[in-house]
Amino acid sequence: MSTNLLYTNDLGIGYSEKNSQKLLHRHLNLALKPGELICMMGPNGAGKSTLLKTLAGFIPLQEGNAFINDQSIMTLKEKDISQMVSVVLTEKLTIEDFTVRQLVSLGRYPYTGFFGRLTDEDQKIIDLAIADTGLELFSDRKLSQLSDGEKQKAMIAKALAQETPIMILDEPTAFLDLPGRIEIMRLLRQLTVHKNKGILVTTHDLEQTLRFADKLWLIAQGKEMVCGAPEDLLLQGYIESFFAREGILFDSHTGCFRSDEDYSERIQIIGKGITSYWVKNALERNGFNPGGNNKADIQIEITSGEDPEFVITGTHVKEVRTSSIESMLHELKKNNNN
Amino acid sequence: MRKGQIIFLLFSIAILLFGLNLILGPVTIPLRTLFNLLKGGNVDDLSNNIVFQIRFPQTLTAIFAGAGLATAGLLMQTLFRNPLAGPDVLGITSGAGLGVAVITMFTGAWIVYMPQLGVVSLILSAMAGAMVVLLTILALSQRIKDNAMLLIIGLMMGYISSAIVGVLTVYSTAENLQAFTLWGLGTFSAVSWDRMNWFAGVTIVALVMAMLLPKPLNMLLMGERYASNLGLRVERARFIVLFCAGLLTAVVTAFCGPIAFIGVATPHITRLAIGGSDHRILLPANMLIGASVALFCNLIARMPGVEGALPINAVTSLMGAPIVIWVVLTRNKRKYL
Repeated sequence: MSTNLLYTNDLGIGYSEKNSQKLLHRHLNLALKPGELICMMGPNGAGKSTLLKTLAGFIPLQEGNAFINDQSIMTLKEKDISQMVSVVLTEKLTIEDFTVRQLVSLGRYPYTGFFGRLTDEDQKIIDLAIADTGLELFSDRKLSQLSDGEKQKAMIAKALAQETPIMILDEPTAFLDLPGRIEIMRLLRQLTVHKNKGILVTTHDLEQTLRFADKLWLIAQGKEMVCGAPEDLLLQGYIESFFAREGILFDSHTGCFRSDEDYSERIQIIGKGITSYWVKNALERNGFNPGGNNKADIQIEITSGEDPEFVITGTHVKEVRTSSIESMLHELKKNNNN
Repeated sequence: MRKGQIIFLLFSIAILLFGLNLILGPVTIPLRTLFNLLKGGNVDDLSNNIVFQIRFPQTLTAIFAGAGLATAGLLMQTLFRNPLAGPDVLGITSGAGLGVAVITMFTGAWIVYMPQLGVVSLILSAMAGAMVVLLTILALSQRIKDNAMLLIIGLMMGYISSAIVGVLTVYSTAENLQAFTLWGLGTFSAVSWDRMNWFAGVTIVALVMAMLLPKPLNMLLMGERYASNLGLRVERARFIVLFCAGLLTAVVTAFCGPIAFIGVATPHITRLAIGGSDHRILLPANMLIGASVALFCNLIARMPGVEGALPINAVTSLMGAPIVIWVVLTRNKRKYL
């Protein structure tokens, strides 16, 4: 017995046709425990979806083995998996004239009889799933009347109604705005804490991953998969190496990627606080290097006061006072062209 | 409205149209005469003949054909998750047409105009053509996992059948061609009492089979992956759905000719009427509405004052095509099948 809900033994994933086999990844030894939120990240085409599909039993594994509740996934039937793993996929829904309640009640299908008749017990579980996702007020609304974020919550409620120990979600936050992304990740986090679910999510959102995930799986084509606490992987430089490409830099202080422009001049920013932060942001975007010290060619001083001014000084430039970041950038560029 | 009330209302409409079909036509049968007839009372031979030998079988045929095609259309739309799918997307209708074309054009039109033998040979050849296509599709469905590919293959099968028919017409006489064209217009009056057992029997079996499928159909509506994750054995379910829809299409087309649009248009009317896609109510409601639509079209086709009957296909197309256009135009707004 193991405490893992799901684990793999030298798993190989990919596709096979009659005579040819295309392996995307081999020798994967992964594990998902109860109460754990795992985010899987990697560039497009890395094999994230293939791994998810394999673990959800949609496509056959190519070599090794994967176990759900200590049973080999190869021996499990649809009916068995439906009570162990629930999924939220990226597929476009064509059931938008279902109400939230109707959608969530589909989650009870693995437990119902031939005609899908729901018992009182089923109704209670459906009510609970709707309440847990905060959709009580929407339960009789049609899906077509919901926002993208609410739709995702309804899908998560469907997965909850399935009462599976494992939930697998493929990019559940892909089309959501920032508050929506945070809301969904927070919800998943709560489900791991309060319901002891083991949840595996693919995402491109590093910020939310660093905020919410217990573990991070990094996957990329032609690289060995790396697993660990997100902070460990960040400090060990894995996050940077998995996403590194021309023109993209990873800032390990902020946990953000930024574009790597050719920095021309070093500029020192004299000032503090939020204004200074955004001046830095504006300079970086425009190809200046704001990391300069007092030996830099140019200094920008932010005057204190209610309406700060941006004073450009330097050895080779004449002093200019500007009242907005926009005009400051204008002056710097004018200066550059001379 | 409650589920039961909706079904009751639709059932009442169907019964009303059923009655009107018996009463109205080139000769109007007074209501009192009709009741007398049904009670087994003494009525003149003409009315007796018109009601029992002509209108009753025709009306029953319309009911089964309408319910059957509507159900086949709904199953195809759900399986392929495509609002424009219909009974003919698998090429079964065209296959039936090919069967009929072969028999009329090779043996000559004489066989069609033979009393009894003519209709039987038409039905058998249409059934043979339809079954060949259906069995081919079913066999291919075991190998092809992707529904979209299956849909394309079905459509191509239809084109191939139609193309062969096109080639055959070149070598056929005007007389044979006319016999084939006549079949293509569709009719509800080819099923006499002695053939009703077969037609109604097969149709009812397939309809009952469809009534057992609401759970798998609801799951399929979510897409194959979700369906599988809810415990459905997708490939087996797909086979059953294809078989059921294919059988309905084959039998209706064999007995009535290619009836256009009822299969595509009815499910849309039904979804609008019941305001949802839950197959537990969608399936029975759709059957009732399909029957009503066919009855209504049959009524129009034999409107009092019309010399002879209008071709049923012309009526169903005139009614169905605007509905399909409306579906396409409002699709984005409604956001479902």
